[in-house]
Amino acid sequence: MDLDGISIWSPLELSLRVAGTATLVSFVAATLMAWLLARKKGPMPALLDALCTLPLVLPPTVLGYYLILLVGRRGLLGHWLAEMGINLIFSWKGAVVAATVVVFPLIYKSARAALEQVDSHLENAARTLGASEWRVFVSVSLPLAWKGIFAGLMLAFARGMGEFGATLMIAGNIPGKTQTLALAIYDAFQAGNDVQATWLVIVTSLACVSMLMAAELLLKLKRRRR
Amino acid sequence: MISLRLYKSFKNAAVPFSLDVDYEIGDEHKNVVLFGPSGSGKSLTMQCLAGLVRPDSGHIRLGGRTLYDGQANVFVPAQRRRIGYMFQDYALFPHLTLLQNVAYSGTGLWPWRVCPAQQERAQAVLERFGIGHLARNLPSQLSGGQRQRAALARALNAGPELLLLDEPFSALDPLLRERLREELLELIAGLTIPAVIITHDPGDVDAFAGSLILYDHGHARLVPDYTELRRGFGSPGHCLRHLQEQAAAAGCPAEQAF
Repeated sequence: MDLDGISIWSPLELSLRVAGTATLVSFVAATLMAWLLARKKGPMPALLDALCTLPLVLPPTVLGYYLILLVGRRGLLGHWLAEMGINLIFSWKGAVVAATVVVFPLIYKSARAALEQVDSHLENAARTLGASEWRVFVSVSLPLAWKGIFAGLMLAFARGMGEFGATLMIAGNIPGKTQTLALAIYDAFQAGNDVQATWLVIVTSLACVSMLMAAELLLKLKRRRR
Repeated sequence: MISLRLYKSFKNAAVPFSLDVDYEIGDEHKNVVLFGPSGSGKSLTMQCLAGLVRPDSGHIRLGGRTLYDGQANVFVPAQRRRIGYMFQDYALFPHLTLLQNVAYSGTGLWPWRVCPAQQERAQAVLERFGIGHLARNLPSQLSGGQRQRAALARALNAGPELLLLDEPFSALDPLLRERLREELLELIAGLTIPAVIITHDPGDVDAFAGSLILYDHGHARLVPDYTELRRGFGSPGHCLRHLQEQAAAAGCPAEQAF
């Protein structure tokens, strides 16, 4: 039995760091993408929409494989990344890349739906008052769509905490380095270390439940302030 | 002077519609009323004027400025047209206070931050419209009439050269309507810029019309001097019905009827 703190704290800390960073990166990218594609029709936006949603339906192992083809040492961007001194394979940054791609559609979908629900009269009013498209987005669309986007962020964070397949493919399962909670649980279970696995499962569940409750509380507080 | 020639078609819409209007409004009247049933193209015309919808072809000229010219490929975006637009539902930003709403045209990316000079200016406009005491309220805390005045204050604070009012009373109950019509009429009369008003209420036509544009099925007919014509009839409803019948008798489309 190994409960000396490190074996629980380290995967928990890593999971939070990976899920948090991935959610943040995906938030910026997915929200901008949702803004660009919201209310757009035609074959090109439809194709981009499908591509943005793809990680939701593809098995994580397939995503992991694609990512290795892309950012692996012999991948398309691998050379370029190596020259810049960035190595994603078997590093926690690789886990972030995997989680970012996996949670992207969750934020993108909810952001797009939320942005499309914003009353277009309000955006038009801003335009007639001289606001540039970027300002319309930042000062009107985004604040009014915030609740929907926030819900997507929570979902993304929770999903990022549980990310397993793509992370395993790209970052591996190195204790203390890339071993997140989900990987550590699998490891402990495989090794027959049931007590360790149980503790990790409890910690994961508690972390996720408190996260979701905190999010709900935050939304409620915001509502009361209005 | 407004010179309009617009063509815009929605062939693939659930209900195919095409707008095909061509008229010129002189400067002899400050207010112009667009009158006609809903779905006849009034709002679409206004959106083209404001630059929110791009026509398929034609031109829009306001005073000496060309805002749109299909042939020369000129399209001034809404942001730079200097045209005030009061929406049917007033479209006040629900997440901003009344003051922030009115100051919006002068603030930066972050509309919650209003510099003292802008604040003073917006407050002065609100005072002029009799809602200065509501500056810190959100639009949801205002009555229908107050919202209307706030929307007008916001549009005017941007310093427009033309004011567009899309069915200014449709969001109000009938009793309030009468009172607010008087009020709005007074406010508009005090402005130095011309106003274009959309309505399908004959009472509004009587109150606001200098020139009148009759809309029907995407076509428009100009009545250059409504007040003159109106003298011969007992009520605005009679006068308007007569005009519509006259147009119908001349055959549709009948831009030449008048």
